[in-house]
Amino acid sequence: MRLPEQVTRLGAVIAVIVAAVLLLRFVLLPDTMFSAKPHQAAATAREMDKPLRHAGVPVCRECHAEQFDLKYEGRHRNIGCENCHGPGAAHAASPDSADLLPILPTEREKCLACHAYDSSRPNGFPQVDPQEHKPRKECVVCHDPHDPEPPKTPEDCGGCHGRIERTKALSVHALIPCESCHVVEEQHMTEPRLALPTKPGSREVCGRCHALGSADPDASKSLVDVKSHGGTYVCWECHYAHLPEGRK
Amino acid sequence: MNKRQLLKDALLFFPAAGVLPSLVAEAVASVEPAPSPVVPGYDPKSHWYGMGVDVGKCIGCNRCVEACKAENGVPEEPFYFRTWIERYRIHADGEVTVDCISTREGQPEQAEPEDPTVVRTFFVPKLCNQCANPPCVQVCPVGATYQTEDGVVLVDATRCIGCRYCIQACPYGARYLNPKTRTADKCTFCYHRITEGLLPACVEVCPTEARIFGDLEAHADRLVRFHRVNEISVLKPDLNTEPKVLYASLDGEVR
Repeated sequence: MRLPEQVTRLGAVIAVIVAAVLLLRFVLLPDTMFSAKPHQAAATAREMDKPLRHAGVPVCRECHAEQFDLKYEGRHRNIGCENCHGPGAAHAASPDSADLLPILPTEREKCLACHAYDSSRPNGFPQVDPQEHKPRKECVVCHDPHDPEPPKTPEDCGGCHGRIERTKALSVHALIPCESCHVVEEQHMTEPRLALPTKPGSREVCGRCHALGSADPDASKSLVDVKSHGGTYVCWECHYAHLPEGRK
Repeated sequence: MNKRQLLKDALLFFPAAGVLPSLVAEAVASVEPAPSPVVPGYDPKSHWYGMGVDVGKCIGCNRCVEACKAENGVPEEPFYFRTWIERYRIHADGEVTVDCISTREGQPEQAEPEDPTVVRTFFVPKLCNQCANPPCVQVCPVGATYQTEDGVVLVDATRCIGCRYCIQACPYGARYLNPKTRTADKCTFCYHRITEGLLPACVEVCPTEARIFGDLEAHADRLVRFHRVNEISVLKPDLNTEPKVLYASLDGEVR
């Protein structure tokens, strides 16, 4: 049987169209027009190519081994350097550049971000009440952030007696050191209850300033005859020396 | 004019004959060059990344949020987050209150007064769960968000049209629309870091190791150990998203 000529011609035209479409689809047009894979691979490569901001502890350690070793022995062992010092990749890339130096935080807020009391923090995590615990002092004065053992002996009385220290700071007795009235043995710093400091046992202690005829020009106007004033009581049994005559 | 001449002239006249090759050439030129491996020797097929979060260790210091913002250029305003921390309070009458502590600026001046009706309270760090079965990828109409071979869900910012379908679809609220680029943005597990063998920024700075990053398919890995020694929960397991952020000591009230 012989095909009619119009059929073979139509077949040829269809074959040409099919060939053109196939050529267009698989040769001329790129795969990215039909699949997301190449786009996604490019996006993944762009993502991998983003610049680092945090260098990571191993990089910090290369130069700052001393601080790393100190920290590694202490309670802050697992805290990355960049937690406190901020992103340091730029500093690691050009350590001599003064503009890129990491921060050296000394402000209380940095420590209190973790150590301020918060009821939602897990039990046992060391926390302080920021208003009770040396409110005007920077943490790093007493605690080494790389090795934050609590100081064995407080450097001054306010570490434990903060409330008294702050009260006194507002009083006319602000400039009088604790030791001028209290005798404090060294043992009190480590075993406070085994060596209690003294309180003035006689009126002579206050009388150094407040006795009639005191030579101290700064002595207050409240001069009394310490021999007769107050009967048998010592001064602090009536007056509160940390906030004299200011106690409500 | 005979038929042959007509066809010849038509072919010359028909503009597609001339335009098509130039169109194709333009299309081919605009295709991004095949990406060369940025990190030599990195094989994405040999990883399946995940993160472990120990809720019992989180102290809510917000350092992870700040580190994430610094590392990834997340807008500073306190309502754009790739990762954030929620505070849960469970009251005696069973009421649960949740607030995001990452939205507050600076430390509160004074500690909040204790609420005697609170029986339990804790912090929960949240981030993209990098679902193995991610709903955000399903809904993206332009294929801009996708899962890499190592299990991280990424957004192609050059393809994203900012339609926000994925933000609606994410059951964890982990996506936001970047106000500068007007495209969806989300946690990438710091893809540029992990492919170089570094830790994500949030894990790098976490002071209590509440966050553990690792490879779920590795034989020896911190995350595998985390998975082994802890009782693991995931968020909204009923949605069958198969999250790869594993939570330890997670309270049943967290959602």
